Amino acid sequence: MKNLKHKILGFALLLSMVVFAQQTPAPKQKKDIAIFGATAHIGDGTVIENSCLIIKDGKIATIASAEQVKFNVKGMDIITATGQHIYPGFIAPNSTLGLVEVDAVRASNDADEVGAMNPHIRSLIAYNTESKIVESMRPNGVLMGQITPRGGRLSGTSSIVQFDAWNWEDAVIKEDDGIHMNWPRAFTRGRWWLGEPSNLKVNKEYSKQVDNVTAYFNESKAYQAGDKSPKHLPFEALQGLFDGSKKLYVHVNSEKGITDAITFVKENGVQHMVIVGGYEAYKVANLLKHHNVPLLLQRVHSEPNSDDDDYDLPFKQAKQLVDLGILVGLENAGGMERMNARNLPFLAGTCAAYGLDKEQALSLITLNTAKILGIENQVGSLEVGKDATLFISEGDALDMRTNKLTKAFIQGRDISLESHQTELYKRYSNKYKQ
Amino acid sequence: MTKKLIVFSCFLCSLLSLAQEHIPKNDGVKTIHSNFTAFKNAKIHISPNQVIENGTLLIKDGKVVSVGTAVSIPKNCLVNDLSGKSIYPSFIDIYSTFGIKKIEPPSGDSKSPQYDASREGFYWNDHMRADQNALDHFEYDDKEAETLRKAGFGVVNTHIEDGIVRGTGTLIALNSEDSDAKRILSASSAQYLGTSKSKTSRQSYPNSIMGAFALLRQVNMDADWYASGNIKEKDRALEAFIANRNMVQIIEAGSKMNALRLDKIGDQVNTQYVFVGGGDEYEYIKDIKATKGSFIIPLNFPDAYDMENPFLASSIQLDELREWNQKPSNPKILADNNVPFALSTYKLKDSKDFMANLRKAIEAGLSKEKALAALTTVPAQIIGKSTLLGTLNTGAYANFLVTSGDLFDKKTIIYQNWVTGIKNELVAIDTKDIRGDYSFNLGTTAYELTIKGELEKLKSEVKADNKKLGSKISLEGDWLNLTFSTIDTTKHQFIRLVSNVDNTTSFSGKAYLPNGNQTSFIAKKTEKVNASEDKKEDKKEENDEDEQEAFLEAKSFYPVTFPNMAYGFKTLPQQETLLFKNVTVWTNEKEGIIKNTDVLIKGGKISKIGENLNASDAKIIDGKGKHLTSGIIDEHAHIATASVNESGHNSTAEVTQEDVIDPEDINIYRNPAGGVTSIQILHGSANPIGGRSAIIKLKWGESADHLLYKDMPKFIKFALGENVKQSNWGANNTIRFPQTRMGVEQVYIDYFQRAKEYDALKKSGKPYRKDVEMETLAEILNKERFISCHSYIQSEINMLMKVAEQFNFNINTFTHILEGYKVADKMKAHGVGGSTFSDWWAYKYEVNDAIPYNAAIMHNAGVTVAINSDDSEMSRRLNQEAAKSVKYGNISEEEAWKFVTLNPAKLLHIDDRVGSIKVGKDADVVLWSDHPLSIYAKAEKTIIEGVTYFDIDRDKQLRVSIEKEKNELTNLMLQAKNKGLKTKPIEKKEKQHFHCDTNF
Repeated sequence: MKNLKHKILGFALLLSMVVFAQQTPAPKQKKDIAIFGATAHIGDGTVIENSCLIIKDGKIATIASAEQVKFNVKGMDIITATGQHIYPGFIAPNSTLGLVEVDAVRASNDADEVGAMNPHIRSLIAYNTESKIVESMRPNGVLMGQITPRGGRLSGTSSIVQFDAWNWEDAVIKEDDGIHMNWPRAFTRGRWWLGEPSNLKVNKEYSKQVDNVTAYFNESKAYQAGDKSPKHLPFEALQGLFDGSKKLYVHVNSEKGITDAITFVKENGVQHMVIVGGYEAYKVANLLKHHNVPLLLQRVHSEPNSDDDDYDLPFKQAKQLVDLGILVGLENAGGMERMNARNLPFLAGTCAAYGLDKEQALSLITLNTAKILGIENQVGSLEVGKDATLFISEGDALDMRTNKLTKAFIQGRDISLESHQTELYKRYSNKYKQ
Repeated sequence: MTKKLIVFSCFLCSLLSLAQEHIPKNDGVKTIHSNFTAFKNAKIHISPNQVIENGTLLIKDGKVVSVGTAVSIPKNCLVNDLSGKSIYPSFIDIYSTFGIKKIEPPSGDSKSPQYDASREGFYWNDHMRADQNALDHFEYDDKEAETLRKAGFGVVNTHIEDGIVRGTGTLIALNSEDSDAKRILSASSAQYLGTSKSKTSRQSYPNSIMGAFALLRQVNMDADWYASGNIKEKDRALEAFIANRNMVQIIEAGSKMNALRLDKIGDQVNTQYVFVGGGDEYEYIKDIKATKGSFIIPLNFPDAYDMENPFLASSIQLDELREWNQKPSNPKILADNNVPFALSTYKLKDSKDFMANLRKAIEAGLSKEKALAALTTVPAQIIGKSTLLGTLNTGAYANFLVTSGDLFDKKTIIYQNWVTGIKNELVAIDTKDIRGDYSFNLGTTAYELTIKGELEKLKSEVKADNKKLGSKISLEGDWLNLTFSTIDTTKHQFIRLVSNVDNTTSFSGKAYLPNGNQTSFIAKKTEKVNASEDKKEDKKEENDEDEQEAFLEAKSFYPVTFPNMAYGFKTLPQQETLLFKNVTVWTNEKEGIIKNTDVLIKGGKISKIGENLNASDAKIIDGKGKHLTSGIIDEHAHIATASVNESGHNSTAEVTQEDVIDPEDINIYRNPAGGVTSIQILHGSANPIGGRSAIIKLKWGESADHLLYKDMPKFIKFALGENVKQSNWGANNTIRFPQTRMGVEQVYIDYFQRAKEYDALKKSGKPYRKDVEMETLAEILNKERFISCHSYIQSEINMLMKVAEQFNFNINTFTHILEGYKVADKMKAHGVGGSTFSDWWAYKYEVNDAIPYNAAIMHNAGVTVAINSDDSEMSRRLNQEAAKSVKYGNISEEEAWKFVTLNPAKLLHIDDRVGSIKVGKDADVVLWSDHPLSIYAKAEKTIIEGVTYFDIDRDKQLRVSIEKEKNELTNLMLQAKNKGLKTKPIEKKEKQHFHCDTNF
């Protein structure tokens, strides 16, 4: 009932704002904020019932049980969230949000640059903070993303942003965090335009393609060792892989490909690697574990590749891998990936339906992902000192039935949960009431 | 005796009178051959069922004069004594492209599609080429003829394998001695048809098999109309089609599924087709038999995959492994089920493999009589030439094989292949089989010689001093030449032996030594006593072949499942009486959600709902803590179909999804695993007026016909927006009307106006050209068929409602309807339902304003709302998609659940049967582990009409058995490779994901 009142109030307020196409970024946090009574899902697998969470200067200052500790909340904005849930903001890794607006409109596509070896390409500067799709993430709790270029062998360099900003400089959480590599495929399609059958055949060029990229890395290392003159932009970009300042994200799905990619990384002195995709990761789980390689698991809501596969293979894989002690996060690349990224919490929910504990499932889109991306000191869980990038939901945020956000904060800023879509909703709901 | 002679003389005269007698001759005197040829003392297979020992075959002028054990041989007769030999009628291939010149594509490199026909004075569609005659494209191919004769063939019916209606074939004797005048046994025999377009034309329509089927139907109707004199214009293709109608109609189906589909088309056009099959008929043998058609079957049994690399091998699916194992049993299973079939070299890469594959079929249980019949009498009968071909009865063509024994035995030699009385020698009949081990001496050196290999291609091995010497052997007639190196191989000197062989135990002759001296030698056959090292190797080779054969024979056939792939049923699950106890029931009726109650299912229907139900014969299912709902219904699916879009015309109301249902789509298993029980298979959105729908139940394992709803409500797909105006089809697709939304309206008005006029003419009783497209549109005008229209933007949605109102009918459903929320009041007023996506948007320009609140707003405005998938992945989570309406727009859970059950049932006019749990309705129910709208809910049992098609526990068992069978078959393939059998490289099957805009 109370919620309903809130809603009506919010609704009236918003009617006056529909003229804006995009949501205006929220101003910097001025007053401290205390949220009482909610069940806090920390992100590390633990839960605090009836919690108290205090936000100061954009950071989490306190998170504790409201029952056990007395808090001085004088001068703070108090939010009573009894019966509701607090979550750390969800993180969408390996995402093209803000790089493409409408799939079918070529002019709106900035995801895929020409050329095979583009490590120097930087996604950050093309990231569109005004994207209508980006703002539609927030009402579902997806508040951050790793913006990632596509295509080629070395697609380019990603950056991590938060989803409430005036421009890409405001948005950045971690600039140029890693380089993305598409591992050679085990199967290639026949060139139908040359009259070959278009089915998938064993890629005879596989070894050559691996050799090529190995040679490229060797060249790059030789370059780093010399006087670096004349400057070689792609090799410069790769340096971070060898000094550990950037991670190498290897996009690969097959058992053999994952194995080869790990060998490649070890042999080439790349400091940090992440497997992205990993459809067959369960077949090489021990290897991943042995080398401590984390995984951004492919879209959970997808069909099995083979008719013979278990119908729930994509649903249950996270459970198998987590149980073996592998650090797993969820990613959502594929068809209609941008607009679908708001369903990230439900990918985690499905992992819970198919075996994981709900709090473990939550980690797949919060703390685990933050660790994998190397931003765990700043975000990913409700821990003191981290960014207050979090939200309050009426119910379980991993279930679409109960994922209903009442408040969301990015770095302590009380952000709008409206969007182009909610505005149209209100406009037309209102039309029929007239 | 005299009587016989008289009959015989008459026959002779008749033959002579047929010969052309007025050919001028300037190179000598006119000669007429009047001698007979007789073959005596042979075992003669007059027909597959009639064999005589010590028989005589008498032929003259290319035909059989007489055959039997008491044939009198005339004096002017060449007599061949075939003691110990056999005679068989030679083979006939009635699906051949022998001698047909390559089909050339049209010149020019235009990239724009072509919508009109290229030919003038012919049918409106270039791919209907009944006017073609194989003979016009025929050039006798000597080399290919020889290959075919070696494989045992004497006659082929050749045709132009191009187009949907391909015109007539030509019956050719593989007689390389004479001219076409004698070779052409019938200039036009049988009309050939297919499902793929002609390479000679770029005309777009039809670009799907749906379209090809529709074209076949329409051609038949147009032929009737033309035949009754109603078309004033000349149409040479239709004229030819009408002329060819009384011939046998041979259609290239290429697969069991297409044969079943085409048989239905055949029934509609009063034609019993002869089907060219795919070799996979055994998988649906009951349905295949029910076609009552004859089949022409390829013998292209797949090689095993090379499974050595486990990484690659893991991509081979169970159905592919089984195919290798089971396919050789196809002819046997056809024979066991009395399906008439002929065998063909069709699809065989190399006709040399024909006999080897035939032996595989025989090893798999095909009787030799049936095998012979499939190559002789059955093909002859199919093309109506039983008296002339396929047997060696009097009057038949003298087309036969002379063999050393049982034709199907691997060791048997085919000596001669006689075609229309002309001898073709494959292996000289008097060739002496000198294969064996011999020893001879030259000077003081003792040599050992082994002769082996095939009779036509002997191989030799010469040894001396335990040293293997390079050697070469040949036998031409009786003359044997053997060359081998001297013992001191470093000298590169050779010894040559020449011998006129007169028996097979020894031979003698002259040896030519390197120094020019000559000496005589005698080589005598030896018995192998002590196997030397080499001989062991030899043995190994022989053993390999034996082992291969033994391996193939021992290999048992894995059982066929329904469908014949992973998760298929060994036997179809049966209807049961089921009692769910203490379950939470989502009735979708006024009773709402009832907790802790019982539901009884009996006879495929919901029988009772209430507390404490009992039924003595029922299987009890504990529903405590679980939820029972009616099955999910997907208003918009593209699964279980072989074809989505016919985009060759802007209107394709004549095509239908019913023609192309694919019961082997794994999604028919996986969707019930997500609680789905019924779907509408919609045509795609490539044109304003698309094709007709099929509404099916997901009864995994059943054949296409059994999936369809009985008395299925009639639907058709329409589409608006970017897809129909080809906005995203690239720069070449800018010529088809319409290219704007303005044009779309006119397409509708145009077609409905024509349909109205058509219907009026039809109802007037006057003659009219029957047009399936117009019939379908008239059904809409007459409110017998409903429209489900793919739609996005409010302007066009509004437009279509106005067009419908103008023609006095209503649109039934707007599907996708992403801007429905902008015109929900108008939709309510019109009475149209909305079947939408829960939250899709941003993939096209026209979905900029698509919002996830759409369902809620439309629902609140009183529109019947469904949530659909259009996607085979999302369709297995439609319960979650419905739940999004709770999130986006605060729809109550009970109403949200109806979005994927009762409401789509209403929109599809099947709510009297399904969509709620109500006594008397079909027992299409799902048992959920949890609240059905929750992401944590799993479907545990999915039941259709009382049959459990998905069961989460059974699924677990199936996983284990799939794994086991795959392992076993993988091992068999590895063994096959190990035994030296041919393998093929791994290829990955790819699952096609169909959507509205899949152009296929």
